[in-house]
Amino acid sequence: MNKIEVKNLTKIFGSHPQQGLKRMNNGETKEEILKKTGMTVGVSQANFSVKPGEIFVIMGLSGSGKSTLIRLVNRLIDSTSGEVYIDGEDITQMNKNKLIETRRKKLAMVFQKFGLLPHRTVLNNVAYGLELQGINKQEREERAEKTIADVGLKGYESSYPSQLSGGMQQRVGLARALTNDSDILLMDEAFSALDPIIRKEMQDELIRLQNKLEKTVLFITHDLDEALKLGDRIAIMKDGEIVQIGTPEEILENPANDYVSSFVKDVDRSKVLDASVVMKKPEVLVTYKDGLRVAVRKMEDVGASSIFVVDKEKNFKGLLTIDDAIRAYKEGIPMEDVLVDNVSITSSDTLLNDLVGIAAEAKYPIAVVDEGKLSGIVSRVSILSGLVLGKEREEETE
Amino acid sequence: MNYFNFPLEDVTNDFVNNWLLPNFSGFFDEISVILRSFVDSVTNVLIATPAEVIALIFVLLAWWISGKGVAFFAVIGFLFIGSIDLWDESMQTLAIVIVSTVISIIFGVPVGILSATNSIIDKIVRPVLDFMQTLPIFVYLIPSILLFGLGGVPAVIATFVFAAPPAVRMTSLGIKQVPEEVVEASRAYGSTPKQLLLKVQLPLAMPTIMAGVNQTIMLALSMAVVASMIGAPGLGSTVLTGISQVNVGLGLTGGLAIVVLAILLDRITQGITKKV
Repeated sequence: MNKIEVKNLTKIFGSHPQQGLKRMNNGETKEEILKKTGMTVGVSQANFSVKPGEIFVIMGLSGSGKSTLIRLVNRLIDSTSGEVYIDGEDITQMNKNKLIETRRKKLAMVFQKFGLLPHRTVLNNVAYGLELQGINKQEREERAEKTIADVGLKGYESSYPSQLSGGMQQRVGLARALTNDSDILLMDEAFSALDPIIRKEMQDELIRLQNKLEKTVLFITHDLDEALKLGDRIAIMKDGEIVQIGTPEEILENPANDYVSSFVKDVDRSKVLDASVVMKKPEVLVTYKDGLRVAVRKMEDVGASSIFVVDKEKNFKGLLTIDDAIRAYKEGIPMEDVLVDNVSITSSDTLLNDLVGIAAEAKYPIAVVDEGKLSGIVSRVSILSGLVLGKEREEETE
Repeated sequence: MNYFNFPLEDVTNDFVNNWLLPNFSGFFDEISVILRSFVDSVTNVLIATPAEVIALIFVLLAWWISGKGVAFFAVIGFLFIGSIDLWDESMQTLAIVIVSTVISIIFGVPVGILSATNSIIDKIVRPVLDFMQTLPIFVYLIPSILLFGLGGVPAVIATFVFAAPPAVRMTSLGIKQVPEEVVEASRAYGSTPKQLLLKVQLPLAMPTIMAGVNQTIMLALSMAVVASMIGAPGLGSTVLTGISQVNVGLGLTGGLAIVVLAILLDRITQGITKKV
């Protein structure tokens, strides 16, 4: 089940939103509605869903309605029409108590300008969500101290927000969101107010925490590079409408319209895309327990000449070629002893730029291994095709 | 210009004499009794307590809240008031200031909160406040006497009308000034409206609210002379006597005592504003 599911979500700002909605359904454009009634269509017929554990980025320039959209998701703004399902329950239909309960348990939010309480210490800011739930002082402070340490702010518990730098303040914001233990993180331009180096640091921090905690993240940004770096999938918004949803690769490869392509044309793909974007999910794998026979059959099924070997927890063990497998099977050698020893390994955050060098030397597909686990496979073709396409675009612009 | 003859005077008198007084005099009497006992008990406490004790409390308070300078001023100020023999009058004035300020806060802060959070209430409250602040004081002194008799009670009512608006306005302003993102953050984490008010809005609005309270106290003191015209005892009546006897010296002593009280209360409440 999707963690967040948004259906036909519309928000019209103004005195008579229902009238505006009627006009919109009759096919009038936003400009016409604004001209005739003075009402602004903030978000128009948005549809998307976010899977558990996914980082879903909504990207758009200022005024595109992305900040409105994220506030419709936790109902800081009431929608004009449409549905928002959080774990299958429509938040737009909830009564007050249920809404408060859902915000407390399921949705945590991080804000562009941090939104910290200036009269409270870091500790009391981070514990704020639990305090609202009526959790006793000792427990909430213990939990808050733990997340403060997680985001690297140990020792600052009794500081006030005004004594911290922007980056540290946003770490407090992040810690506050994590302390609540909700599955969903809503991040509204969370890193946009930070300077570039700190921003990159925080992006890496988010990716690190995400790998550890597997939250579902809805991330708003106006920065394409940030969207490409963080997003498992990206929705691009313009004038209140979602114009394209796709993986970073899909958006770079097949921009849905001129608007999107004007965004992506200047991206140096080799410096933006990393292995995680071009890698394929390793669908066909074998374990030692499967044995050589199964390995050979699997390779034959998909027409591959080699296969990656993992254990039950997906820990990377090595690569097995079909020739070695057949030979070993005939000679009765265990699988462990015939694995290819010079297989290239990389991690999922290696940029394409660096991957080229590895690919040039590699005889076999490159294994993408993170913390010992096999997370994907990169073939030479996928890297090169990405880079060639990037080059073509550069020529066009020259 | 007399296109429509509008007998406002007659209508008002008719309304007050033939409807308001007969129907509500009991109600106003009750308010009067409650307020009188409030004013009297505060006055009695202030006068019954030895002057030295009160002076000492104020000096320590001034020291703790606003520092040495203000404490020193308090010592000199109280010595001055004692030496010109206006201690009891000062305490009577102080009692009326305290009671009207307390009532102004009791009414003003909640109304300010409501008008900050509800635009309809805000639209109603604003013109009422304008009215309270700009209507010449003597205009509502007349009905205050009619409804509450002479003495401290109508003085408190008149002072309240004049001094409460800043408490309302500054409370409302303070709450509206709380940064939108902080309010959003609190709501996003599931605060109830009450939690939002108590944990976020009021603490952050407190300096502004205290500035409003400071203004209320100042305005209440400035009403001292006017209040004495309707029979309130205190420094105002000293000044009034000075005026009626063309006694420049008496007028000055009363006036200076008011100034001393004003400066002292102002510095102490400003100190509180900075502390919170």
